[in-house]
Amino acid sequence: MELNAVTIGFAVFTIFTLGGGFGVVTTRNLFQGTIWLMVSLFGVAGYFILLSAPFLAAVQILVYIGAIAILITFAVMLTRSVTRIKARYVRLIPSFIGSLVLFLILLLGITIPIFGGQLPESAPEYVATTRELGTALVDENGFVVPFMLASVLLTAAMIGAIFIARDENA
Amino acid sequence: MAPLWMYLAVAAALFSLGVFGVLSRRNAVAILMSVELMLNAVNINLVAFWRYSETGTDLLLNGYAFTAFVLIVAAAEAAVGLAIIITVYRNRRSVIPEQAVALKG
Repeated sequence: MELNAVTIGFAVFTIFTLGGGFGVVTTRNLFQGTIWLMVSLFGVAGYFILLSAPFLAAVQILVYIGAIAILITFAVMLTRSVTRIKARYVRLIPSFIGSLVLFLILLLGITIPIFGGQLPESAPEYVATTRELGTALVDENGFVVPFMLASVLLTAAMIGAIFIARDENA
Repeated sequence: MAPLWMYLAVAAALFSLGVFGVLSRRNAVAILMSVELMLNAVNINLVAFWRYSETGTDLLLNGYAFTAFVLIVAAAEAAVGLAIIITVYRNRRSVIPEQAVALKG
């Protein structure tokens, strides 16, 4: 594989994604863990750029880093969990072995075509654009029903979150 | 472009990190963060398979749109999950899932 911009970008985003994920599952301070989560999500957004899905990369930055990570930061601060919990892990050894076995099985399934078929080496030239995605989302032969269900789900989740987190004594 | 198996390998590693975090962390907020890692690994897989697949016009946008819906569900899940964690903390002064045993038979 020759050294070009895409290869360098892939290496950098891999370091971001996996390094951030490693920080999330190992750090003691949960506030730092949120920062690591942001690093990891940024790496995933970079993958979306490399996979020619710029709209998803923008949504990833806006929704994940802009909203979900901030929400988790609020939860960390509201629960004061940084100082109260001393032990980080339960079931450390079985969890480690289990996830390692899972990773090896997945890697085996990727590298050896057990399930038949060969993984493509190169991507097709033509790729759908964001304009086509927008059209398909409101097309009645496309995704208009899941699109509307998603908006109902978001509204229900928002009302439910407000209702659950409401302080009844206040 | 990088071949497809490299994206799949990175997604497998990220998913395994998330599984490890969900199984082993004590803090409920950390467990939720690990779930987000797993969701992102799935998203990488979906977009990578979408990009590398040779499909007709019918399936042109399936992976792309499905990833957008996964993002929406992840946002809803994070909002409701954090609200539950905050309520449990308010009632029991704890964010350790093993100590939320009020519904245990």
